[in-house]
Amino acid sequence: MENVIEVNNLTKTFGAFTAVDAISFQVKKGEIFGFLGANGAGKTTAIKMLIGITTPTSGDATIAGFNVYTQTESIKRNIGYMSQKFALYDDLTVKENITFFGGIYGLNRNTIKTKTRELIDELKLEQVTNQLVGSLPLGWKQKISFSVALLHRPKIVFLDEPTGGVDPITRRQFWEMIYKAANQGTTIFVTTHYMDEAEYCDRVCIMVDGQIEALDAPKNLKKTFEVDSMNEVFLKLARR
Amino acid sequence: MKLFLGFVKKEFYHILRDRRSLFILFGMPIIQILLFGFAITNEINNVNIAIFDHSKDITTHKIIDKISASSYFSLNKLIENEDDIESVFKKGKVKAVLIFERNFNKKLLTNEQPKVQIITDATDPNTANTIYNYINAIIQSYLHEINKDVPVVYQITPQPRMIYNPELKSVFMFVPGVMTVILMLVSAMMTSISITREKELGTMEVLLVSPLKPIQVISGKVIPYVFLSVINAIVIILLSIFIFKMPVQGSLILLGFESVLFIVTALALGILISTISATQQTAMMISLMGLMLPVIILSGFIFPIDSMPLPLQIISNIIPAKWFIIILKAIMLKGVGIIYIWKETLILLGMTLFFVALSTKKYKIRLE
Repeated sequence: MENVIEVNNLTKTFGAFTAVDAISFQVKKGEIFGFLGANGAGKTTAIKMLIGITTPTSGDATIAGFNVYTQTESIKRNIGYMSQKFALYDDLTVKENITFFGGIYGLNRNTIKTKTRELIDELKLEQVTNQLVGSLPLGWKQKISFSVALLHRPKIVFLDEPTGGVDPITRRQFWEMIYKAANQGTTIFVTTHYMDEAEYCDRVCIMVDGQIEALDAPKNLKKTFEVDSMNEVFLKLARR
Repeated sequence: MKLFLGFVKKEFYHILRDRRSLFILFGMPIIQILLFGFAITNEINNVNIAIFDHSKDITTHKIIDKISASSYFSLNKLIENEDDIESVFKKGKVKAVLIFERNFNKKLLTNEQPKVQIITDATDPNTANTIYNYINAIIQSYLHEINKDVPVVYQITPQPRMIYNPELKSVFMFVPGVMTVILMLVSAMMTSISITREKELGTMEVLLVSPLKPIQVISGKVIPYVFLSVINAIVIILLSIFIFKMPVQGSLILLGFESVLFIVTALALGILISTISATQQTAMMISLMGLMLPVIILSGFIFPIDSMPLPLQIISNIIPAKWFIIILKAIMLKGVGIIYIWKETLILLGMTLFFVALSTKKYKIRLE
């Protein structure tokens, strides 16, 4: 399997503060890669460097084969991104949102039409296509937001705490969507606060104070730390 | 280009679906222009006055008749004793009291120069001044009448002629100001709010992660407002021409060009504000306090710059609105061409370039 993300000693400092301290890891194609850490551990800064909106201080990284220093434009074309705010426009209808976001990724009108059709069928959104997104429940917004991030068939999707504030059933359904995308070959890079979700990942990486403290499959991590759940793994690491 | 059109379309959806923005965009200009046109005026009409006449003779009666016959004043009360003077002022019934001294007619005829005291309520200094001038003028004209047959040896007659606004309509002074305020409001405040709204919603992040270049994001947000501002400018000019009979003496093309220039200045300021504020509220406060106040107070819109203290006069030079108002007045009222306003235009152009450069530099390509 080829690596779609390669990170070597990636570092970001803000003045005297080191937010991300020489992290290194690889992510394979089609993998679901969990990125865990307490608030302030450096997760967000790390993601911002990977998606090309923050320049690293030192170290190297390639995303889908493109360099984070020099090829940010190509990176942006090949990744999808969904933020924790499920950023859609509340005052636009479902259809208008899809059309707009498809448009900014340069999809042509016909592609957008077919994609919209597919998406609406898949998410069973017929009744609400022409409703304003603001009137939809959070869970629906989340699904639409994820589908929108996949519209242009990106190689990698970055999900920044994609399940915040959503009920357990909807979260479960959402993970099914993630599995489906991964099975189709899309690499998933996901950050989360929920340790049960960490169990769903192929591999997880736990950040503490800007450094990677653990990186392995959840099964192996539990074995190493001699505990039963990812939650305990996390607590053990955070208390060290 | 197609990509860009999609962006502009989306921006129009935002504006048209938000009642608040719609009101600021289209309600405000109309309300403001009507308010300033009708409510704010420096002229006086039907001012209540009282008279305390000690002599009650033929001359004082004639003067009183002449004053109350004018449309400027209406006689509210004839006062009979000293104490009443203060009480009518305190009750707010009258704005001025005229006191004719004893033996007015007799003194006049014996050339003793009789005196009439004019007391005005100066809680509003401008009105007090105007009232005094009007009454003075009426008395002077009465003097002329009775002196008609007497040859006066030396006399100077000032002959005033007010050019560019012969009827001294205050609306002519306000229209350029209101237009400036509205263009500033729409262009700077609305753009800064709409950009910060995307920051708040998190959609700005998504846009920055997309292949769109920051410059495309920003111009996509700004172009609809240029368009709306131009419509606004046209509405204001039409309103002032048809309702207030404001003339546009100069070239409409020049007027259009200068307006677009000012709109761009304001937009650049709007972008600048959005780069330094994280929330819509902050953007709104900065726009209101940082832009609207100077535009209203220091631009010469309401208060003449020449009569300000020197430090304020110097500060007023860095306010783009000041130059735009000068340009507007020159084109609309004086009907001059670019030859007379190239200096102001150049200053405005320089400021615009400066703000555009600064806001582009400040606009953070990378989200911090």
